[in-house]
Amino acid sequence: MLNSIFAMFSYSFLIRAVIVGILVSLCASLLGVSLVLKRFSMIGDGLSHVGFGALAIAGALNLAPLAVAIPVVIIATFFLLKLKETNKDGDSMVAIISTSSLAIGITVVSFSTGMTTDINNYMFGSILSLSKGDVILSIPLTIAVIVLFILFYNRIFSITFDERFAKATGQNVEILNTLIAVLTAVTIVLGMRLMGALLISALIIFPALTSMKLFKSFLSVTISSAVVSVLSVLIGMVLSYNFNTPTGAGIVLVNLAIYIIFGIIRFFKA
Amino acid sequence: MEILRANNISASYDKNIVLKNVSFSLSPGELLSVIGENGSGKSTLIKCILGLKDTVSGDILYADDLKTSEIGYLPQNPEIDSSFPASVWEVVLSGTIAGSKSLFYTKTQKETAKKTMSFFDIENLKKSCFGELSGGQQQRVLLARAICSAEKLLILDEPVASLDPIATAEFYTCIKKLIKKKKIAVIMVSHNISDTVSVSDKVFHLGEKSNFFGTTEEYRNSTLGKRFLGGENNA
Repeated sequence: MLNSIFAMFSYSFLIRAVIVGILVSLCASLLGVSLVLKRFSMIGDGLSHVGFGALAIAGALNLAPLAVAIPVVIIATFFLLKLKETNKDGDSMVAIISTSSLAIGITVVSFSTGMTTDINNYMFGSILSLSKGDVILSIPLTIAVIVLFILFYNRIFSITFDERFAKATGQNVEILNTLIAVLTAVTIVLGMRLMGALLISALIIFPALTSMKLFKSFLSVTISSAVVSVLSVLIGMVLSYNFNTPTGAGIVLVNLAIYIIFGIIRFFKA
Repeated sequence: MEILRANNISASYDKNIVLKNVSFSLSPGELLSVIGENGSGKSTLIKCILGLKDTVSGDILYADDLKTSEIGYLPQNPEIDSSFPASVWEVVLSGTIAGSKSLFYTKTQKETAKKTMSFFDIENLKKSCFGELSGGQQQRVLLARAICSAEKLLILDEPVASLDPIATAEFYTCIKKLIKKKKIAVIMVSHNISDTVSVSDKVFHLGEKSNFFGTTEEYRNSTLGKRFLGGENNA
């Protein structure tokens, strides 16, 4: 096992994948705590499908994929968050938008390149799809997400816990919500390459839900989510390398395992 | 020395007028209760005072040195999930954000939170999970948070609605102590008229046809007051 881990790190593309994986999973887990508690968890799923559509169109037009997908997904985030707030049928509208984007994406890809491995990579993620350019762009962006999250951590807690109070006491709730939306959008687009459109939302939802099983303060849940998330990405990557299975699915399965373990510990503690 | 004065304000939702020509004023150290039946516009009035809703006409004048960030607010049954992971310390401390420009909590902010917690006798709950507390405890924690954000004006929206009689009495004692020690002005919204009136200095009654504003004594002697307080004597 150890030998194969060493062997794994002798490939430069795998090292790239591990670096991006750790950074993206950190971002996703930090934002995930707030998104899950605000009941916005499915937004991640919706956005990843929009991201898929955007990536497909960018590919067909020969444009830089991330340069197209990031702004498109940021716009979609605003739209979906507003929809959730104002519309009772927010959930079904999110589903309509996400399935439509998916359909557009698949159609565009099949027109331009045919149903090739591209689709597979987009849908289920692939560490091979991470180019050097992706990595160069991913590292500063994910670090920016993490730094901004830490800087605004106290305020993010405040609006997550009780948005009405925050608003009434003169905090700029709009700007903070916008910040969360932009950070989420960036994280999802970057993470999609690795996890795939279908699985990226797991990276946002699982660590927060897992941590909430055992921890009772916002800080402890946030820290635990970060640890759980990075661990599951590392374990998931090693396992999927060893068993030659898709990376994204491997990471989700490790997340599921940790979720179940935390559930069992909680059961015996109670 | 008034901290707040409303001059003939009106407010509406869509085209329905909810508040009509409402006037009242409040000075530091006073407890004003806003009473009226459900749907009489109490919550709308609060939203206008907090600046969450625009008035159609009239104006609300604040004391020159009062900033929005100095108004403390205790929302009506805040919809906080019992599984929300937040310690009492985190909740109270978050009340100090409003007046602060610093991104991280400063020593002063932590001191404020500590003092407020000891004032309300909730230091022992510091590490407890907010969602797992009793209704009365939660209300005291939220009150502490509101006080952390406000030293001058405190707005309480139906603060005792979900409390049992003992917790209600404790809550009123807390408020009285707060007003006495800090000379803070308090606006309390309630639909429990007789209880609320007995602890207030001034009463604003939002009636179906007409409104009443005056001291508690004047309210007891008014027609509206007599009708709503019934045969009760001085409390």
